Amino acid sequence: MVEPAVTDALIAAHSLTREEYDRVVVILGRAPTYTELGIFSVMWSEHCSYKSSKVHLQTFPTSGPRILQGPGENAGVVDLGDGLAAVFKVESHNHPSYIEPYQGAATGVGGIIRDIFTMGARPIALLDSLRFGPLHEARNRYLMGGVVGGISGYGNAVGVPTVGGEVLFADCYSHNPLVNVLCLGMAQADKLFFGRAGGIGNPVFYVGAKTGRDGIHGATMASETFDERSEERRPTVQVGDPFREKLLIEACLELMRTDALVGIQDMGAAGLTCSSCEMASRGGTGVEVDVRLVPRREEGMTPYEVMLSESQERMLLVARRGTEEVVRGIFARYDLDAVVVGRVTGDGLMRVRDGSRIVAEIPVKGLVAEAPVYRRPTVRPAWQDEVQRLDLDAIPLPRDYGAALCRLLASPSIACKATVWEQYDHMLFVNTVVGPGADAVVLRLKGAEGGIALAMDGNGRYTFLDPFIGGVIAVAEAARNVVVSGAEPVAVTNCLNFGDPTRPEIMWQFTEAVRGMAAACQALQTPVTGGNVSFYNETTGKAIFPTPIVGMLGVLGHISHATTPAWKAAGDLVVLLGESREDLGGSEYLQVCHGMIQGRPPTVDLETERRIQRCCLEAIRAGVVRSAHDCSEGGLAVALAEGCITDPDRPIGVEVSVPGMLRPDALLFGETQSRIVVSLREADLGRLQAIADRHGVPVTALGRTGGSRFVCRGRTYHIDLSLAVLDQAWRGSLSAFFRHR
Amino acid sequence: MRFGIIVFPGSNCELDCRWVLENVLGQQTELVWHKETALGDYDCLILPGGFAHGDYLRTGAIARFSPVMAAVERHARRGGLVLGICNGFQVLCEAGLLPGALLRNTTMHFLCRQVHIRVETAATPFTNACTRGQVLRIPINHNEGRYYADEATVARLTANDQVVFRYVTAGGEPTEAANPNGSLQNIAGICNEGRNVLGLMPHPERAAEALLGSADGRLLFASVLRSARTASATPR
Repeated sequence: MVEPAVTDALIAAHSLTREEYDRVVVILGRAPTYTELGIFSVMWSEHCSYKSSKVHLQTFPTSGPRILQGPGENAGVVDLGDGLAAVFKVESHNHPSYIEPYQGAATGVGGIIRDIFTMGARPIALLDSLRFGPLHEARNRYLMGGVVGGISGYGNAVGVPTVGGEVLFADCYSHNPLVNVLCLGMAQADKLFFGRAGGIGNPVFYVGAKTGRDGIHGATMASETFDERSEERRPTVQVGDPFREKLLIEACLELMRTDALVGIQDMGAAGLTCSSCEMASRGGTGVEVDVRLVPRREEGMTPYEVMLSESQERMLLVARRGTEEVVRGIFARYDLDAVVVGRVTGDGLMRVRDGSRIVAEIPVKGLVAEAPVYRRPTVRPAWQDEVQRLDLDAIPLPRDYGAALCRLLASPSIACKATVWEQYDHMLFVNTVVGPGADAVVLRLKGAEGGIALAMDGNGRYTFLDPFIGGVIAVAEAARNVVVSGAEPVAVTNCLNFGDPTRPEIMWQFTEAVRGMAAACQALQTPVTGGNVSFYNETTGKAIFPTPIVGMLGVLGHISHATTPAWKAAGDLVVLLGESREDLGGSEYLQVCHGMIQGRPPTVDLETERRIQRCCLEAIRAGVVRSAHDCSEGGLAVALAEGCITDPDRPIGVEVSVPGMLRPDALLFGETQSRIVVSLREADLGRLQAIADRHGVPVTALGRTGGSRFVCRGRTYHIDLSLAVLDQAWRGSLSAFFRHR
Repeated sequence: MRFGIIVFPGSNCELDCRWVLENVLGQQTELVWHKETALGDYDCLILPGGFAHGDYLRTGAIARFSPVMAAVERHARRGGLVLGICNGFQVLCEAGLLPGALLRNTTMHFLCRQVHIRVETAATPFTNACTRGQVLRIPINHNEGRYYADEATVARLTANDQVVFRYVTAGGEPTEAANPNGSLQNIAGICNEGRNVLGLMPHPERAAEALLGSADGRLLFASVLRSARTASATPR
């Protein structure tokens, strides 16, 4: 067939600017063919090229004694000792999930799993960080139901447990929900695989599902904002097949136990195009593929369509010459296609053939290393001062502090998410020691004494009010969540969800948030091992809250250090580590009880943060504390209430008094950072005090566990509620929105 | 004892069963791929949880045609022990080795949570280390776990003491609230007339170590070991 002529209109339809197109012509030394235009368009899309974020991401600390692989590969790798390595990464699937929530979320899960096993790791856990609009709107319930259904449907069937994550709600996500999925895999540290096309003449295999027309230009779609007609793009969303992916995992892991494999990469965004030229780029080689050889499930596909298809459950791999039969034999066992579609070359070119005809011939360097890089203009929004202004004197104190606490506990962002995570298999592989619902999940390491902890965190409201502080807190809180679970935070993966980067206000939010995250990662010694940037999260010009999501990996020296927020016995002391300030700015309380998204979020002194984390971890390791819980959304009162009711089998009351001269609502519901609530046997208070003194951490005894009521009183406030009332508020809230038929 | 764990494409609990049998109970296991047509000499076969053949069409509907199933049936007819867990239970029903069917949960969605089940009979090779009426805490993990059979079949199951587990409250009451999926008469597990084939929806291998929240599931495996040792307890 004759390919369309490359016209200005066609160039614009491929989202390439005039300057970018001119650059293509310089790289090729001629005008591109239609197929070449398609290839450049996806490779230079924001999604694949990181052209607007690259210069900023380079400011993250990325190395450390435990880091075996930093950014640049399919996933980051962390050394766990004993020859074991943790492979992990987070990715977004926001745009597809808005257009088609079930399949969008499902294929998000499938994509990140492939990024993990491609490194030679068995995927053993998934977490997701989700953001939706308020649930009183039917469409948001539809989106959330679809996304949760997609994660459940795909994750359960593919055989990777979804062990945790978080779900938060705000108006700004109504037209742009966030679906960020993290996958963790376990590998032998000396048996890692990389996406490199090495060895000139080696065969390039296409394995997995057949190629269809689904998902063409998905990467480009993810690099544009939405409008009222976005639903018409449903055909660009791919359809996932978890069964096929399960077979692909097993077949690839089996192949990795042979010596046939040279390099391997998932065909994700931009499909065959991205996988082949990235592999060649990393290998310093070239690659030649013949689209005629690609297994297809639709007739009459053009080379352009084959190269740009984002059909799911496909991998590209390079095998050692002479091992072709080994590869074919393993994939045949799983009834999967494994076809040689090309070979590695030494000419540094990506050459695409359609039989004898060459339809694209592009220097790999031009596509990858010479892709455009932008330092886009930034400007602090004119409204920033306005949203930061907060006059506390104008905010009335609650009449009934108990009622305010119940409203906070019932706020969907704080409320129990069991109705969500009960739909996920969170126990497969029998590793889940602390499952969903705690500050972090804790998994044991089979055959070793230790374990790992994982948390995801990111507060869009804070980042909206102050992007730098929001970035700091995303890291600090994720680390704190891992610490209170008994683990030492060691490495970060992240997903940066922002609006349109060509708008200077958005770019300012981005650079500030990255600056905050980099500072916190530096101070807490948790290098960034990779991640994902998702721009263009806006619909009809209205952006989401800037939402950096941090995935924090922690290591437990011994699995017995695993700690949860729930009180363990009546009669224990309840103690606050850290200090409370008058931090109501940006709080859940201001939003829920006063309808305000206003003020400066709480600041974080990173040295103080570090000390309190060290202190808590030492106390856990010494066996001094029996429960530990981060004070976050909803403040101290919510943290104390959660201590009472998070263990459904064993609710335990509490009687406390929170001392301090602050306004009582700030004392109870303020969100000062660097605070941890712990409980301990009375006899251990001296030991805790000694540890805290050594770290310079203030210790405040609040009261004692026991009984079946939540009693919290001081000079200016008073709460006395039965645990049944708290439980109903917290546990009943979310399920009320999803009543079964 | 030698356990054969049948692996269908899409099974995913085979490694967990192997872990518990080998590392917790010190037994030998072998994974058996579904394309095998002859089985080695196993004391007990396990059909593990997961999504055999993607559970496409209907849970277990394609798996019953896997080549290995003829050998599983021969093993069962000879009186050999067969334990179907979750998806394995669904496959056994589809294959006709157990009566009834597993329908979609009445909640209309997947459910993964700890539940309580009551041992209704200790007179099986899978429950002889339990006592009748004993309440076990074992998690479920399924989308299609609602046991259903016609009246005559349920009457026969009851009369023959083939209902092995029922969903109950922590206190042991088979209430509607304790029934997570709408199963008929709270049925969580049944055996065949010969009592050598057991299917249950809860996952005993996920409750075999206190570290993970419950070790009650170990009793099922301990029962199998005990029945192998006691000649009188072997299947008729």
